[in-house]
Amino acid sequence: MGIRSLISLIRRNKERIAKHLFALSASAAIAAVGLICVFLFMQGLPAMWDIGIFNFLTGTDWQPDWTPPRFGILPMIVGSLYVTAGAILFGVPTGIFAAVFMAKFCPAPLYKILKPAINLLAGIPSVVYGYFGMVVLVPFVRENFGGNGNSILTASILLGMMILPTIITISESAIRAVPGEIYDGAVALGASHEHATFRVILPAAKSGVMASVILGIGRAVGETMAVRMVAGNQAVLRMPHEFIRGVRTLTANIVLELGYAYPGDHRPALIATGVVLFVFVMLINTLFAILKKKEGV
Amino acid sequence: MKRKKPFDFIFFLLTWLSIGVTVAVFTLVVGYVLINGVPYISPSLFALESTALNPSLFPALMGTLMIVGLSLILAVPLGIFSAIYLVEYARRGSRFVKIVRLTTETLAGIPSIVYGLFGFIFFGVFLGWGLSLMSGAFTVSIMILPLIMRATEESLRAVPDTYREGSFGLGAGRLRTVVRIVLPAATPGILAGIILAIGRIIGETAAIIFTLGNVARMPNNLFDSGRTLSAHMYTLANEGTHPGEAHATAAVLLLVVILINALSSWIARFVKAS
Amino acid sequence: MEKVSKFSLKDVNLWYSDFQALKNINMEIPANFITAFIGPSGCGKSTLIKSLNRMNDLIEGCRITGDILLDNESIHGNIDVNMLRKRVGMVFQKPNPFPMSVFDNVAYGPRTHGIKSKFRLNEIVEKSLCDAAIWDEVKDRLKKSALSLSGGQQQRLCIARALSVQPDVLLMDEPTSALDPISTAKIEELVIKLKDSYTIVIVTHNMQQATRISDRTGFFLLGELVEYGKTERIFSVPKDKRCEDYITGRFG
Repeated sequence: MGIRSLISLIRRNKERIAKHLFALSASAAIAAVGLICVFLFMQGLPAMWDIGIFNFLTGTDWQPDWTPPRFGILPMIVGSLYVTAGAILFGVPTGIFAAVFMAKFCPAPLYKILKPAINLLAGIPSVVYGYFGMVVLVPFVRENFGGNGNSILTASILLGMMILPTIITISESAIRAVPGEIYDGAVALGASHEHATFRVILPAAKSGVMASVILGIGRAVGETMAVRMVAGNQAVLRMPHEFIRGVRTLTANIVLELGYAYPGDHRPALIATGVVLFVFVMLINTLFAILKKKEGV
Repeated sequence: MKRKKPFDFIFFLLTWLSIGVTVAVFTLVVGYVLINGVPYISPSLFALESTALNPSLFPALMGTLMIVGLSLILAVPLGIFSAIYLVEYARRGSRFVKIVRLTTETLAGIPSIVYGLFGFIFFGVFLGWGLSLMSGAFTVSIMILPLIMRATEESLRAVPDTYREGSFGLGAGRLRTVVRIVLPAATPGILAGIILAIGRIIGETAAIIFTLGNVARMPNNLFDSGRTLSAHMYTLANEGTHPGEAHATAAVLLLVVILINALSSWIARFVKAS
Repeated sequence: MEKVSKFSLKDVNLWYSDFQALKNINMEIPANFITAFIGPSGCGKSTLIKSLNRMNDLIEGCRITGDILLDNESIHGNIDVNMLRKRVGMVFQKPNPFPMSVFDNVAYGPRTHGIKSKFRLNEIVEKSLCDAAIWDEVKDRLKKSALSLSGGQQQRLCIARALSVQPDVLLMDEPTSALDPISTAKIEELVIKLKDSYTIVIVTHNMQQATRISDRTGFFLLGELVEYGKTERIFSVPKDKRCEDYITGRFG
């Protein structure tokens, strides 16, 4: 078949060709998720099986250089939980109140400055946050709380700062999405602006606000670089009162050791750590999707 | 001013306090990084080669540009085509659309370290591309795909149906309608999304260091390793031997992000105006 | 004198998913006449006009039975829908010029159908704009954005755009409902002038408009064609009680 007849064939069928090209592109996302799942699980699950799922998830020793090596990730699971809980403690109340401010109390000229600032906060790279944490927060915690400053507390504060813009932005739009009549109705009954906002509007925006918190949690659990730069990274099971001591998260575990994994189960164990992280984050995202559907945020 | 009731007063105070904290975080981070970093920005920071004595950010800057360029080449057409399919072709609520939407949301939620891990074992080890521009760009392009898809989808949906009707009414086919009428009208929104994606790539570290690698030189070819600005920043911060350069690099990185944000919101404003 | 039929509708039924929007429509639409469709909102008149160039194909869940013949040929048979829409042009309720220059708006249609010569395009654009009685107002600003025109000018530009592909039929779906009275008058005048060269079907809410410009009027109610005939006759001696109620304003 000559080039010319091929071109005319394409030209005659361009609508059909385009449609199939577009559909094929749309399947790329499906293929990507498929590949990610297959490769993570294919390489992670056998290691988990080898180590023993129970030993892997509840073991308190992470000693890849021992003979035989020990691969227990409980300290990291707990570590991720601590810093995430800390981030919630610092970030969530501040974020929600700040969102209320942005949606209901902010004078217009101030809003024009604050909105871009919050957008910028969301865009600052995590290494820059991490660096800020290293040079400002670590010394601050060391001097005021003791320890060497690389700690659960430091990571929590830093993560709290990092999830602020997520929570503010999504909560703000959820609060704005509440129909104005609800507010008018409350005020018409004699409620003050504050009362109407906090007792009527905020409850009405509840699931959107919850969604923002869950998305923030997802970010906190998945955050790697910033946490790794300030958390100390000791793979040791900590108790909650040891909040000024160091801790290692699931994410940090991967980033610290993937580059120079020992032969044997070490790399697969790190991939398995990734699987656990992936499953955690997927659960959180599913929760977010359910809430989002409910609210239509 | 009228006296507030205690309940009202407490909540009033809390909102101001919270926004105060937010502003403080912003001022602290941005102010600290810029004030301490900008004075250290010097010509030697942009020397062609990065050495142990002078950790120039130039190779990392080039590496960043290459990663951004390559990932955009991969992700932008794919993202735009996918969005076109979802908005202009697919039947609403069809099973395929639902699955695409679900997987796109999944991609958007995967933490960057998991992308790094996947890129490492798939592109690096399984396909044998090692630590290279290719591994890095492919990994990052999957990461930004949902961003570009979502921005394009929203922009396409914002194009009034009356434009489409007008075009169909003149006997134009779907492809011509999409390419000549709908896409041009949606361009600013798509552009704003692409710029946000660029910001995301520049800020990315965890997915980069296990795919592109982290060597302080420019990649020579597609299968050569290198580093990006963020990875450079990460390394400087951890080594701690060049605090001045670390400050300066953080400032440069932040300035780039500020620029990108400004550009994106400028374009977004343009969208609203038209 | 009996006119040639442009469109023949035979037992046309149309559903949007489960909702039946048109019920058993049978009618002949004569060539080079202005035919007006009137009736309250939701009566099916807009749905019917959109069936004549198959714009309803674009709506998901839309199903049609029966047949519509254009020049004795089924528009649902072996016919290229894009060619059908070239022959049956449409002007919409709200002026919808494309976000491009005045020239490119009018040239879009001919370009779609393969005309590339700059000279030919110039000719077509000028002729279409003249026929739509807007040439004098825009001849100095052909390169300006069409969105900078006034609403009435935009609608006449859209008429020019529809004429640019030399259709036989012009469908107008409430073309003046978004316009002021002066612009409306200009468009009505234009429509009457266009009757010599085109078959025109117009949907209108405005009964005075129907009496002023149309030759035939069809009254629709709840998806049914209740009454159809010469405009003067419909408005002077309506046969159906419902039609009488509607045109005398006693509806409902």
